[in-house]
Amino acid sequence: MNVSRNVTVAFSPFRVGALVLRYLYLLRGSWPRIVELVYWPTVQMVLWGFMTKFLLSETSLLAQASGVLISAVLLWDILYRSQLGVSLMFFEEMYSRNLGHLFVSPLRPYEMGCALLLMSLVRTLIGAGGASMLAIYLYHFSIFDLGFPLLAFFACLLALGWSLGLMIASIVMRFGLGAESLAWVVIFALAPVSGIYYPIRVLPEWLQAVAFMIPSSHVFEGMRAVMIDGVFRTDLLRNALLLDALYLTAGMAIFLGTFRVARRRGLLLNIGE
Amino acid sequence: MSDAVIEVEGLAKSFGGVPAVDGLTFSVARGSTTALLGANGAGKTTTLSMLLGLLIPSAGRITVLGEDMLRHRYRVLPRMNFTSPYVDLPHRLTVAQNLIVYGRLYGIRNIKARVARIADELGITPLLKRPTGNLSAGQKTRVALAKSLLNEPDLLLMDEPTASLDPESADTIRAYLVAYQRRTGATILLASHNMAEVERICGDVIMLRAGRLVDRGQPAELIARHGRSTMEEVFLAIARNEDGPPPDEATEREARKKAAP
Repeated sequence: MNVSRNVTVAFSPFRVGALVLRYLYLLRGSWPRIVELVYWPTVQMVLWGFMTKFLLSETSLLAQASGVLISAVLLWDILYRSQLGVSLMFFEEMYSRNLGHLFVSPLRPYEMGCALLLMSLVRTLIGAGGASMLAIYLYHFSIFDLGFPLLAFFACLLALGWSLGLMIASIVMRFGLGAESLAWVVIFALAPVSGIYYPIRVLPEWLQAVAFMIPSSHVFEGMRAVMIDGVFRTDLLRNALLLDALYLTAGMAIFLGTFRVARRRGLLLNIGE
Repeated sequence: MSDAVIEVEGLAKSFGGVPAVDGLTFSVARGSTTALLGANGAGKTTTLSMLLGLLIPSAGRITVLGEDMLRHRYRVLPRMNFTSPYVDLPHRLTVAQNLIVYGRLYGIRNIKARVARIADELGITPLLKRPTGNLSAGQKTRVALAKSLLNEPDLLLMDEPTASLDPESADTIRAYLVAYQRRTGATILLASHNMAEVERICGDVIMLRAGRLVDRGQPAELIARHGRSTMEEVFLAIARNEDGPPPDEATEREARKKAAP
């Protein structure tokens, strides 16, 4: 046989690219999917933009950093979009009952994981990027003015979203599409302890300890430090990155472990509702 | 080197303590077309899934193309492929997009030319730009077959390859499979409920009942051994256990002896 390249290599960017291509085909062929990507971030940004305008005229605190609420909304959406990006792309394979074909090909589960992460990046850039551009037009506020800190916040939130997305995909792989609604709600459990709109110090002491175990709380604290105090806190960035590394390792380990459970239980051929 | 492409020994799989496959031992010779037959629930799909690495056995050993499938399946998966009408390709992608994606997963060189060629051979060229979900069941079966042949597999596992096809299309596909095997020397293992198909293209038949191998041989041998006139009658006799009690240790040993490489 001579039609194939050497496909026995343990990690192939070519195979990851093939799966990314599959998701891009899907996205390109479905305008409702593209609209969905930018719809919610835009609605959120518009809502909180007007709220900011109102509060600016009423409070002196917000006047110190007028973009803090819009930034918080946009950063939160990066986290939400990146988690959804992983989970929903995996669900697409379950909706189409395609896992059986995928995993009799040379595709490794961790290559699929990488493809899901890459597609999550693409989706997040489209969704949050679109809303950010609109914020410039509507409120003359550019989150891009944050410069390097924005890149750091983006990376930290993206990694947390990826790890949560992999965990949710694992739950759905194990328990079926009946658990898919988790993809839409799980992240909101993190919202109160992430300090999106308020500093962590307003939380009860025991909850502060919980909050600092979550990378996003360090990111939002860091965002306020930049926007209100004009200081980029590298200690917060370091904490967020370390926690992200732990979360992402755990997310990928759970995904791969669940894949093995699925192989043991025969879920890959009959996966669905 | 063994001439067997598949060697299975003591293969077992239970779900919640209920055995689906119960101590299977058989081998499949290189270049053969072998049918895996049995009534619903006999363990055919479970066996195919284990051979493909989609399912981890509870016990036993599987060697495919000379490799231990439980430890080194990625060494052989590029040389295998699989088709089943019960496992879909993504519905929203066009046929061409699906074939390109799978071609890339298998590392096919010059994938667009390969897709064009296989589409031409299987008569699906007019379907290439259509969403896979909009095809009829028969068209989907042909597209799935095209996907399974993209990498010119040395070993092709098929679950009811001509299900949902009209007689003319099914006949074309069978002829194609025979020609493909002659051209490439590939080995084909197929599960089927179409006994005429089995008689036409399979040189060897493995009969399963309740997860156990109960008989094995060439179609003509089985027909003669069971005193029937067609494979359909042999199938029914075995499925209904009309030719004797459930397999005891002695008959199973005998069947396994015949199945041994």
